[in-house]
Amino acid sequence: MRPRAPFVLVAVLGAIGLSAAPAFGERLVASLSNHRVMVTSNFVGEELVLFGGVEQDQTSRPRRSGYDIVVTVTGPRQSMVTFRKARVLGIWVNADSREFENAPAYLAVLSNRPLDSIANTEMLRRLQLGLDNIPLPQRASVKIADAASDDPFRLAFIKIKTDQGLYREVSNGVTFLAPALFRASIPLPAEVPVGTYEVDVRLFADGAQIARAPSPFEVYKSGFEQVVTNAAREHGFLYGLVTSMMAVLTGWFASVVFRRD
Amino acid sequence: MQIYLPIADLPVNVFVILAMGLAVGFISGMFGIGGGFLMTPLLIFLGITPAVAVASVTSHIAASSMSGAISYWRRRAIDLALAFMLLAGGIVGTAFGVWLFTTLRAVGQLDITIGVSYVLLLGIVGALMVAESVRAIIRVRQGKPVELRRPGSHTWIHGLPLKLRFKRSRIYVSAIPVWGIGFLIGFIGAVMGIGGGFLLVPLLIYVLRVPTATVIGTSMVLTLVTMASATVMHAATNHLVDAVLALILMVGGVIGAQFGARAGQKMSGERLRLLLGLLVLAVGIRFALDLIVPPENVYSIRPLDTDL
Repeated sequence: MRPRAPFVLVAVLGAIGLSAAPAFGERLVASLSNHRVMVTSNFVGEELVLFGGVEQDQTSRPRRSGYDIVVTVTGPRQSMVTFRKARVLGIWVNADSREFENAPAYLAVLSNRPLDSIANTEMLRRLQLGLDNIPLPQRASVKIADAASDDPFRLAFIKIKTDQGLYREVSNGVTFLAPALFRASIPLPAEVPVGTYEVDVRLFADGAQIARAPSPFEVYKSGFEQVVTNAAREHGFLYGLVTSMMAVLTGWFASVVFRRD
Repeated sequence: MQIYLPIADLPVNVFVILAMGLAVGFISGMFGIGGGFLMTPLLIFLGITPAVAVASVTSHIAASSMSGAISYWRRRAIDLALAFMLLAGGIVGTAFGVWLFTTLRAVGQLDITIGVSYVLLLGIVGALMVAESVRAIIRVRQGKPVELRRPGSHTWIHGLPLKLRFKRSRIYVSAIPVWGIGFLIGFIGAVMGIGGGFLLVPLLIYVLRVPTATVIGTSMVLTLVTMASATVMHAATNHLVDAVLALILMVGGVIGAQFGARAGQKMSGERLRLLLGLLVLAVGIRFALDLIVPPENVYSIRPLDTDL
């Protein structure tokens, strides 16, 4: 689905209610180009576009450095295991592992400039912004704890997810079209899991967060993909029988077609 | 042409999958093996999760075996009696294998057990087959007669009681080693997640002295039954069989198996055994390298709560 800019702009300007932190006087409004991403047989990924604007009123103070936007897109949660291989008796085996409890299956942090120039390290850590600061609770034996941001298992997990295109931090992912109007494109690779995605838009000015707006969307299977998935989940035995029959018939059909004797 | 796989949750190129099905189907038709030990790693390489790959490959193997089995049936190269006797042992072996699988997973030693047994099994079986068939080929080259039947080479196995006559294979052996081989194949298949055809073929040839001609067709019938039931079991318990992926693999697989079966019939027994031995050995070495060579990235990730 391509962005339909004029339509979205009208929607954004007409949007009411998506706002936060009224104490500062700025209101943040944001809207996605599409709230329901359909996964069909020819799905090869999609790019969602987020449009947003900053509304000012009488109480708004003038901002010295202009506005900054950080968009965090968090996919459905999934528990993962990270293994580390080590040499035992001359062979490489998975010697050590960490379980990551409910890690986001997809994570994109988009901003209009590098995060460390938007707010200081302490602030970013407190707001859990960026791949370095996102909480990834690990389970070590029984207790669950959030490891330090330089934990090797955590770094390896983020690196592999980034290589798969499922985690990303883009410091030029948000573009300001006007001083108070911005757009961001959210790339969804074909491997994205189905489920509910949270889009968390935060407005910064002078190194502090002044407003926040959520905008969730959903990735779901439709048509044939949905029929097959439902059949496999809910009627597993029957589905298996049909697949086996399909195998037997395919095999028989080939031997008839290719019969030469 | 890209198509999105509903259960594997990713798009794949139809022609790549089709070509893989063709290639593995050809090998499976030629040697009478399922080819799961070749197909599963290929699918994992494409990014499909191991659990979905293993579950979906079972139906592809069933289709290839069906297509190959019909060709051999027309050539009267299937010993149904032998296949049923093997199956009887196989069911018990599978149950025992599933029990061991669960136990090993509970202890946390499944990965290393599977890795090491792959290397040992493939390495030993491959090496033995290559050595034997090279010796046979040399004998033929030197002009010595091919020993199709070796009356003097009866081992203790042939002295066991409960003797049965398998007419199609023209052998007269005790039911005990037949059940034993069936048990072993079922057991190894359940623990290692493979059809076991590459193991069954040499066992039938060397232990039971079944002629190479009927071995392949018989092995295919056995593979067909076990893999079709494995598909149903995987679908009913794990819900991880991707029917779209399976169908594309099947179409390629059955066509490949037809040509493979024809190529196999044209080749001499010992040459066929040499090729299969080399293939098994190569895959064994490939698994050994995984264990020995320092990995590029010592870290790997996988979702929790899925097998393999």
